[in-house]
Amino acid sequence: MLDPGILFAGVLNGLMAGGIYVLVAVGLTLIYGVLHIINFAHGSLLMLAMYAVFFLWRLSGLDPYAALPIVIGAAFAFGYLLYRLVIGRLSHGRDENILLITLGVSIVIDNVALLLFGGNTQTVETPYASSFVQLGDAFLPLPKIISFVASLLICALLGLFLARSDTGKAIRAVARERQGARLVGIDVDNIFALSYGIGIACLGAAACLLMPTYYVTPSSGHAFVLVAFTIVVLGGMGSFAGAAVGGLIIGVVESLGGLVLGEQLGQIGISAIFILILLLKPSGLFGVRQ
Amino acid sequence: MRRQGLLLALALAAAIVLPLVAPGYLVEVGVLVFFLAFIGQSWNISGGFAGQTSFGHAVFFGTGAYTSTILQITFGWNAWLAWPAAVVAGAIVGWIIAILSFRAGLRGSYFALITLAFAEAFRILANSVSFTHAGLGMLIKADPRPANFQFRDPIWFYYLALALCIVSLLIAWQLTRDRFGARLVGVRENEDAARALGIDVFAEKVKALTLSGAIAAAGGTFYAQKYLYIDPNIAFGVDKSIEMLLVTMVGGAGTIFGPLLGALTLTGVNEATRALASIVPALKNVQPLSLIVYGVMLILIVGRLPDGLARLFHRVQRHA
Amino acid sequence: MLEVSGVSKSFGGLKAVDSASLDVRSGEIVALIGPNGAGKTTLFATLAGFHKPDAGRIVFAGRDVTGEPPHRICAAGMVRTFQITQPFARISVRENLMVGAYLRVQDRGESRRRAEAAAAQVGMAGQLDRLGADLTVAGRKRLELARALATGPRLLLLDEVMAGLNPIEIGEIVEVVRAIRASGITILLTEHVMQAVMSLADRVYVLNQGRMIAEGTPAEIAGNPAVVEAYLGHGAAGALRA
Repeated sequence: MLDPGILFAGVLNGLMAGGIYVLVAVGLTLIYGVLHIINFAHGSLLMLAMYAVFFLWRLSGLDPYAALPIVIGAAFAFGYLLYRLVIGRLSHGRDENILLITLGVSIVIDNVALLLFGGNTQTVETPYASSFVQLGDAFLPLPKIISFVASLLICALLGLFLARSDTGKAIRAVARERQGARLVGIDVDNIFALSYGIGIACLGAAACLLMPTYYVTPSSGHAFVLVAFTIVVLGGMGSFAGAAVGGLIIGVVESLGGLVLGEQLGQIGISAIFILILLLKPSGLFGVRQ
Repeated sequence: MRRQGLLLALALAAAIVLPLVAPGYLVEVGVLVFFLAFIGQSWNISGGFAGQTSFGHAVFFGTGAYTSTILQITFGWNAWLAWPAAVVAGAIVGWIIAILSFRAGLRGSYFALITLAFAEAFRILANSVSFTHAGLGMLIKADPRPANFQFRDPIWFYYLALALCIVSLLIAWQLTRDRFGARLVGVRENEDAARALGIDVFAEKVKALTLSGAIAAAGGTFYAQKYLYIDPNIAFGVDKSIEMLLVTMVGGAGTIFGPLLGALTLTGVNEATRALASIVPALKNVQPLSLIVYGVMLILIVGRLPDGLARLFHRVQRHA
Repeated sequence: MLEVSGVSKSFGGLKAVDSASLDVRSGEIVALIGPNGAGKTTLFATLAGFHKPDAGRIVFAGRDVTGEPPHRICAAGMVRTFQITQPFARISVRENLMVGAYLRVQDRGESRRRAEAAAAQVGMAGQLDRLGADLTVAGRKRLELARALATGPRLLLLDEVMAGLNPIEIGEIVEVVRAIRASGITILLTEHVMQAVMSLADRVYVLNQGRMIAEGTPAEIAGNPAVVEAYLGHGAAGALRA
């Protein structure tokens, strides 16, 4: 069996990774909660944001963490425009149709990336990448810890924004009762675009936090999309608490899966959880009944 | 009606004559078109007629490809016997996934996503297990004799693909005329209303997915025999699932000729981008460009022309 | 033909139907009335199998069908229409009806014949080629009715089939319903349009807040103070008499 020390390190590493997954899942949850859209393009957009971080670093030496404000802003703008110009314009009718449209968006983004960037994997090298912090038997890469903390901070900030600011309240109003929000004069279409933008901004943040320790390749979108959906389904569609808990759980599952089953088979943990949740408890852990 | 029949007869005649007069390159394109139309029709049955959108149809395709290949390589079966076995395997997988998913009440986007997860799970398994030679993929020994379901002259693959395509068109045609097809359409349009009219919605959906799985698996074997190599990504990859979905959505879901129209369109786009790439040397890699066009087409079709291209030719296929 | 005994159905904490009982004899037209929110549609949905009753028994044509799924109850011959119409939008009226007809027949030609006959029964013969989505409210109501007829029912559960119709259309539907009964089909209907109910029904049940509060002929019901109060509020019967 596995050495408890390795297990311990695996769990910790998984939690660190999970913390960033939470950010990805929170974006997806926000989009679903407000627009009732299952954003299949979520993974591809994350991949795009990661390439943005990479190129910023490659062309100007900008450290990924320092790039946070830039990439978050750019991601928000991209998401806002993507909604306004494409998704919002064409989404009407059955939810499978919207899913298909976001699938189309993801296909386009994935292949534009393939065309422009080629199939190579790209990584960012930072001077502190090889620094470690020791916790018991586990050696945790410093960037992972920084990213984990940063992710929690950003989630907290987002939570504050949604709870306290006027825009945040408007967003929550639209999420809860679309027609009612319209009746009190909230520009619902704008809120939709804003919410989508914020959801993608979360991806921008996640990209900055991932790049120091991950790699990016045009097919990263596929891997991330299933992870993101599994988290959201595990936690319960539309629940932020669910996204948080789900993110951490999936991070650990992924890490332990790889340890126990090996690199190849380990990935099946995610698909298996996704299938089991949908078959057994589709509303997830903190399911919000529609 | 007579004019339609005449046009169809002419098209069929042209298709039969084509490989005898056209360059080998076009014959290859023809194989691709009819093959795509065939597996597209599989998606059409469950996604178009029955209205159950699936994002993971490669799970059936790959099941067929691996079943027939493993039976040949590991167990020494004859390819022509392995083919029906693959079809049965595809049907079984379809049946199981349907029972599990529909018993759990999964519909719409949730169903689409769980099929994706199933395909992904199969891909990972195929990639990890020695039974399927893991990531190495499986190579069928080249021995081009008809008895082995391998042909030296691609013209035979062409005619086989054409035959398969015609069979799939006949199946779709039958669905527009019989009780099963009518019930599927009822399920698609409104499940509660269908129940209130005596339709066992669960049973019909299971039947649709089982049939769909069988057809996709048949396509999987064909593919394996033509290219003599499969691996987890080719067999169970997202690309294949998207291809099957796209071909039908673009051409017209729920119509007889939708998948064929879609296959022609997609192949045409592919050839056009290939021609473009030969002129513009910077575009080394053709496939992403085709897929970008496919993606845009999917967005536009779903957003603006949900009935697909078939609508441009005539109304959504009638039943009566 | 239909015996409903003590059926109850709750959702969450709310008891939508509370120990309701009624029966319908073969060949009758029975009406179920009551103010909005009384539980009429919930009771219908329960009878048709769309909800499982928490208590009680439903016996149709001598067979206990309590808790059976909708498609089996329909196959047994008890067929419902929907208050909010549910047409098959993207196919024609004829195709809509054929889906219903296919319950009893396998052959396409025969299904088509029955579909056309059902359409004629409700006066839709001229609209067979229109798409479900293109029908007016009145057209959709007729489609609901015709589709149920196409299945060859023994008992029709008509859920507010006249809601949203203008007086002329109501008059037409009333005649259609009479003709359906004359052709040998039993009918249990719920309605708000009182004049239609009174002229059609042999017997009337009144449901209020989930409970059956009255039963009788239309004349008996009209004079029943409890019924008046259910609709007009407490004390209204006395106020009206005064």
